[in-house]
Amino acid sequence: MSKIRVGLTTLVSLLVSFSAFAETGIDERINIAIKPWSDAVAGFIFWSFPVAGVQIPFVLVWLIVAATVFTFYFNFVNIRCLKHGFQLVRGDYHDPKAAGEVTHFQALATALSGTVGLGNIAGVAVAVSLGGPGATFWMILAGFLGMSSKFTECTLGVKYRDEHPDGTVSGGPMYYLTKGLAEKGIGFARLGKVLAVLFAIFCVGGSFGGGNMFQANQSFAQLVNVTGGSASWLADKGWLFGLVVAIMVGLVIVGGIKGIARVTSKMVPLMAIIYVTAGLAIIFMNYKMIPAAFLQIFDGAFTADGISGGVIGVLFQGFKRAAFSNEAGVGSAAIAHSAVQTNRPVTEGFVALYEPFVDTVVICTITALVIIITGTWDPSVDPSAGVQLTSTAFESAFSWFPWVLALAVFLFAFSTMISWSYYGLKSFTFLFGDNKFTDTTYKLLFLVFVVVGSSMQLGAVIDFSDAMIFAMAFPNLLGCYFLLPVVKKELNEYWDDYKSGRLVKTRAS
Amino acid sequence: MGPALMVGVDCSECGDRAVKYAAAQARKSDARLYVAHVIEWSPFSFSTVQENAERHKRREEEIQRAHGEIIDPIVAALKAEGVDAEGLVHHGHVADTLNALAKSHGVINIILGRQGTSLLKANVFGSVGSRLVQIADCAVTVVP
Repeated sequence: MSKIRVGLTTLVSLLVSFSAFAETGIDERINIAIKPWSDAVAGFIFWSFPVAGVQIPFVLVWLIVAATVFTFYFNFVNIRCLKHGFQLVRGDYHDPKAAGEVTHFQALATALSGTVGLGNIAGVAVAVSLGGPGATFWMILAGFLGMSSKFTECTLGVKYRDEHPDGTVSGGPMYYLTKGLAEKGIGFARLGKVLAVLFAIFCVGGSFGGGNMFQANQSFAQLVNVTGGSASWLADKGWLFGLVVAIMVGLVIVGGIKGIARVTSKMVPLMAIIYVTAGLAIIFMNYKMIPAAFLQIFDGAFTADGISGGVIGVLFQGFKRAAFSNEAGVGSAAIAHSAVQTNRPVTEGFVALYEPFVDTVVICTITALVIIITGTWDPSVDPSAGVQLTSTAFESAFSWFPWVLALAVFLFAFSTMISWSYYGLKSFTFLFGDNKFTDTTYKLLFLVFVVVGSSMQLGAVIDFSDAMIFAMAFPNLLGCYFLLPVVKKELNEYWDDYKSGRLVKTRAS
Repeated sequence: MGPALMVGVDCSECGDRAVKYAAAQARKSDARLYVAHVIEWSPFSFSTVQENAERHKRREEEIQRAHGEIIDPIVAALKAEGVDAEGLVHHGHVADTLNALAKSHGVINIILGRQGTSLLKANVFGSVGSRLVQIADCAVTVVP
């Protein structure tokens, strides 16, 4: 206990001195130092080519093409296995002897709390504003296709996970890229190692950026927004907010204080339910406008009057926000899903179908409908003001909602940080070895980035970290293409067993 | 295997009276006595990624601790008295799991100690005894 106390005291003093330092204009210096690098990396990852006057980043094409290929290769697994996925989540096939282990429901809930977040609230508002209501159509389509990517990576995540002698489990792209490709021969083994290392590097970068700084930054922005905007007492206290959040995150990941994590993991689903309920309430309060809203969505998807870039521009906005929101193809979910108790890896793949489904097809669509119905969308919006736009849309029906949204944004951000700190740590220890030193180094770095993220307006750093998250999709999906036959074999064997009734159902439905 | 009895215990002392009663019954009818402890757990709870990764390890630890601190001392004492006793540790909802264990082990009577749960607490959290009485597939005896 005293060790923890000493550790925490050191941590707090370190963070305090760092944030004091941060206030004295270090952000400028970091910006200048890092900008050429981040521009080069972001320029490379987000390399784009013009289609009908719209710059389309290659990585987006990479994600959508993979999702489409997987959907066809697995014969629309995203539709035909959805019902069975629900039976698995409900526990119909749960082995009573495995009571106490991680269930399908728990693995899914954990993965969802890592992905449901700002993308569903802020990202959708930006997509509808810039791409018009039609963007919603493409967003939903991208969500449906993304389900096949999640299916593939999560099946592989479970199949090639490591079960350590101490009883803990770790899995994810690092493991399936090395172990899975090694099964294919020496040449592939080398490729797999390279891909795994690349993935781990990008994942560490993404965990500091999109999984940390971006979250801290945006939740602080919404807090300032509800407490009075630029006149708020908090407006220039980003470092203080960052410090408080860093201490809370530190208590969880360094101090091992389970209480905070446990409270968050219960609050996040609750907030998601409140958000969805409020959204549905607004939609049904204006039920007469529902057909018109859907007409706008379908019409806008193929006509795109007055949207820059025409139909391609609309499609791009929808696809981009779906990819940002559900992370399908990025590989992060494969880490979260891999601890499930099952001896049939493909079952977790079926369950993972629900992640893009809930995240994009359900929650994002609700946000989009609320924004369209309340007429809040504004083509001239600044893309960084997404949270505010959604906040205004909900406020028009419930005046108190911005406060609830601020709490929801904070909790979503916090749980996303906890999840990404784990993804990043697993990648960091994969690269530098699993010991006390690497463990602590990573966690301290992570906490420093919380303060950095909320106290500074580091556009360059945030671009860089977004680029890192998307960069994860390159090694991950390339490996997935090679491993498709493995997944297909698992799928076909299981599906035969299921169809012929060889699986034991433990719960009557 | 003849008919068996089962006694549910929470902690090493709190099931004392129930265990004594069950032991007497078991001796009388020469039945096997299962000493069962259920670790409260729900398949629909929420957890963090880290907790999930360590879940298998924690589960083993929980089962070992339940055996070491609760079940094994009771079973040893019963055996010393000549009762054919066996310990069972399982995760799940307490009442539902006790009933399922009873069913799968051919138990004809589940014996529980009275918990003395206050009305308020019973209303909020429910009481194992009353739930078991509602759902059990065999006789349930509550020892005051």
